[in-house]
Amino acid sequence: MQYLCLIYTDESADARMTREEGQAVMGEYFAFTEGIKKSGHYVGGNPLQPTKTASTVRVRQGKMSTTDGPFAETKEQLGGYYLIEAKDLNDAIQVASKIPAARSGSVEVRPIMKM
Amino acid sequence: MLATLIRLLGDFDRAEEAMSDAYAAALDVWPRDGLPDNARAWLVSTGRFKAIDRLRRSARFDAALAGLAEQIEASEPPAADVSEGVDGVEDDRLRLIFTCCHPALSPDARIALTLREVCGLETEQIARAFLTAPPTLAQRIVRAKGKIRDARIPYQVPDRAELPDRLDAVLHVVYLVFNEGYSASGGDALTRPDLSGEAIRLGRLLIELLPEPEALGLLALMLLHDARRAARTSPDGEIVLLDAQDRSLWDREQIAEGLGLVRRALLLRRHGRYSLQAAIAAVHAEALDSQSTDWPQIAGLYDVLFEIDPSPIVELNRAVAVAMRDGPQAGLDIVTAILERGDLTDYHFAHSAKADFCRRLGLKSEAIAAYRRALALTNQAPEHRFIERRLAELRGPDALVQ
Repeated sequence: MQYLCLIYTDESADARMTREEGQAVMGEYFAFTEGIKKSGHYVGGNPLQPTKTASTVRVRQGKMSTTDGPFAETKEQLGGYYLIEAKDLNDAIQVASKIPAARSGSVEVRPIMKM
Repeated sequence: MLATLIRLLGDFDRAEEAMSDAYAAALDVWPRDGLPDNARAWLVSTGRFKAIDRLRRSARFDAALAGLAEQIEASEPPAADVSEGVDGVEDDRLRLIFTCCHPALSPDARIALTLREVCGLETEQIARAFLTAPPTLAQRIVRAKGKIRDARIPYQVPDRAELPDRLDAVLHVVYLVFNEGYSASGGDALTRPDLSGEAIRLGRLLIELLPEPEALGLLALMLLHDARRAARTSPDGEIVLLDAQDRSLWDREQIAEGLGLVRRALLLRRHGRYSLQAAIAAVHAEALDSQSTDWPQIAGLYDVLFEIDPSPIVELNRAVAVAMRDGPQAGLDIVTAILERGDLTDYHFAHSAKADFCRRLGLKSEAIAAYRRALALTNQAPEHRFIERRLAELRGPDALVQ
């Protein structure tokens, strides 16, 4: 079964990171991704550009409107995701708990709906 | 049997359906062919076949169900499964407890689901016990079952690495059920023996299957508290506090069992909040009366408890013990500090404790104000009457002066 792990972090804190700190975090992500590729959990995943690059699109009564920024202002922002294959929710939670951001931000685990 | 079918079929509703199908089949077959050697095994395997049948029939409308039917048919050879005997049955119940108390479910749903699926209580009974409307509670259960199915929460006992965390969630559910039974959050009666009884049954099942120190501690705690039940209310349903209880009414047999469990838990040396609270209850249980209670030891145990669980509730209980050891002023200082911080301001026991310290110190108007605050915050009839009595005593003959 597939799960989407949505990674939420405090963007402003991420922006304040020094170059070295940033590289250390990148290193952790590379190691994590390698690990879940080996264990067979990895399906896909990407980091996202910060929310200042985001646009929100709505179509109402056939009219499109585009606004600047994410849908909702929150303390933590969606910063990336992993799509994983896991045996069950416990397995998925184990994987999610090893995503580096789980220690500073949070990871939302959502089962993929089969169509 | 339901727990086993849930494991085999991977779905609560399907398992319940299969179970009633199996019983219906038994009514049909047993009178004709005689009782099978192992009735439970017969029912489980019949239920499983009936479920596969049902899936096949629905498969004409939904192709995904055909695959599921095949998966169930292939996954578990029923012959091996049903011969696994009592151990297998108990393992299924333990798996079910861990599923119902999964941290991915909302806390309210965990309690409702555990009482429904593990204890077999009716939805109406649970709703009554928790003063919730039956449709609300039914909805909660449906939603939780949906999440178990859709997010695929597995039926398994967590492995060693996860166990401490997950066991904690299970123990917490049992503890909450017990507490609701021990001191009802509303209604006409102080206690609800049916709920404490269920919690104790769950506690016994847990230590049989998983004798972890905290599980032992929790069962001990429940037994020791429950042993005082008969002494906690007067014949007319009024509250009798610990210091005024007739200790000959305490259930000595239950206390002995509780004391044995506390010892076992503490000997394992990995004690946590339940073992420590049980140890505190044990000190009370061993004392002949309030005066001869070893208050310094109780206050000391609360210090240790506060270190691992620095919550305002523990601090409040500690204040009561400290007051018994060092006098009411020491207790009042702690409670005042808690309330001034903004903690427990809506918790009636905090205000009753403050009122009691003030009363003992002769601070009449402060005591009355605190009792009034407590009165406004409690929903339980005996608690109300108890505070009213205290207020009447305080106003006393010179009520006009107030």
